[in-house]
Amino acid sequence: MSSSVNSTALWRSVLVRDLRIAARRRSDALNPLLFLLMVVTLFPLGVGPGPDILARIAPGIIWVAALLATLLGLDRLFKDDYNDGSLEQLCLLSQPLAFTLTAKVAAHWLLSGLPLVILSPVLALLLNLPLDAWWALALTLLLGTPALSALGAIGAALTLQLQRGGTLISLILLPLFIPLLIFATSAVENAGMGLAVHGQLAILAAISVLTVTLAPLAMAAAVRMSMN
Amino acid sequence: MWRWLHPYAKPEATYRLVDRLLPWFAALTIISLAVGMIWGLAFAPADYQQGDSYRIIYIHVPSAIFSMGAYFGMAVMGAIALIWQIKTAEWSIPAIAPVGAAMTAIALFTGAIWGKPMWGTWWVWDARLTSELILLFLYVGVMALYYAFDDQRTGAKAAAILAMVGVVNLPIIHYSVEWWNTLHQGATITKFERPSIATSMLWPLLISLLGFMLLTATLVMMRFKNELLRHELHRPWAQKVLGTAQEAD
Amino acid sequence: MAFDSFSDFVQMGGYGFYVWLSFFLTFLVIAGVALDAAIGRRRLQRQSKTLLRRKQRLSKRQQRQASPVGESKR
Repeated sequence: MSSSVNSTALWRSVLVRDLRIAARRRSDALNPLLFLLMVVTLFPLGVGPGPDILARIAPGIIWVAALLATLLGLDRLFKDDYNDGSLEQLCLLSQPLAFTLTAKVAAHWLLSGLPLVILSPVLALLLNLPLDAWWALALTLLLGTPALSALGAIGAALTLQLQRGGTLISLILLPLFIPLLIFATSAVENAGMGLAVHGQLAILAAISVLTVTLAPLAMAAAVRMSMN
Repeated sequence: MWRWLHPYAKPEATYRLVDRLLPWFAALTIISLAVGMIWGLAFAPADYQQGDSYRIIYIHVPSAIFSMGAYFGMAVMGAIALIWQIKTAEWSIPAIAPVGAAMTAIALFTGAIWGKPMWGTWWVWDARLTSELILLFLYVGVMALYYAFDDQRTGAKAAAILAMVGVVNLPIIHYSVEWWNTLHQGATITKFERPSIATSMLWPLLISLLGFMLLTATLVMMRFKNELLRHELHRPWAQKVLGTAQEAD
Repeated sequence: MAFDSFSDFVQMGGYGFYVWLSFFLTFLVIAGVALDAAIGRRRLQRQSKTLLRRKQRLSKRQQRQASPVGESKR
């Protein structure tokens, strides 16, 4: 590849390539969403369909389900590129690897985080969440899922060499997801009670910005480590 | 500036240093722990609110502090291993992680046992206990990742990266849990409010803190010696240390 | 001394069970970690010994192969 390709062009081409691959294999992108929908369906069956209880625990259910759904597709994030060698090519380029990898994170978010935001009205409806709380839920998902994708990519990069890294990814990532869960559910709860939610949303945004800027460094180090 | 450290990139020199320091650390550990425990258990006055049950503090607080201290130390070693590619720093990770996890476990169950007479239940989602639980998960993650790889160098590097990611996240997790706890305080009884501790109780606590610091260091050094030998088993110096060097051939 | 008698000390003002349980478990965990390190060293010693024996066997075989065929018993 000639050095005339600048980092932004490379970034865009990686993103477009990932999206195109996902478009060809739709089930990979759809399965986590279906999983999420099913988990959310299980809760009313498990705790009973009482609308009050459901509305009270809805933020927690939706966010926990979102965390689990994010974990599902993660071990595939870098795996195919690692196996066919294109990830190694990205490592060898003069363009900074950390920046290039954010394109893959962005693709992952577009395929897993954004659909969650779009799906959120349905989830809110299923769990009897009031309208005031729904928009807060959509906002927390919009602000929080980029951090999920970025942290998830660290886990995916760390377990790249392993044949069955799936369970290990969950083990190392779930503790790191906890702050997002806490602030997101509290924002939705507050919105349901008609209280201010700016504080929690600001913290969620801060965590996302921090994670999206710092995580690529860890990702790049982990990918390089897997290349020896 | 760091020139004096360079010889310790060599496993043999590191082993000799650790071997020379270990007896001192072990002896000081035993002395300070004995003084701290006996003073705390028998001589410190009872708490006017919690009675004698507060004496669990002399293991609960030190183990909690050094469970976090050990994690921090592990992350520093991980950074050294990644930046300067020093093998001995890599090998210290599997030496530190189980000791830190043991400290975390001690902090957790002493907290639970203390909670039973004070709160009436074994487990309360108290901010500090919850943070400790999450810290235990982080330790488990680091250890699981280290042992998951066939190639130990890759495993060590992966664990080092995860330890560093964890150390950045640790304050965020801690403060979010604390904030979450105050938000949901309503149901729990705040009998556990930490009073400003009297000096007669503080001295044994400080000595116990010193004792647990030395204890953590001693246990880490014991494990670290094994790790050094394990990786250098084919080298003559390791065989000599283990007393299995080739006799006159 | 905060206690009048030894039995007072054991009872810990009614909290004896909790205090001694936590101290006992702590001791158990620490002893376990220390024991694990000691066992680890013993295991390394054994590994090293096997390694040495294998090397000796190998060198003996090489010596035998190097010597003329007639000398080795057939």
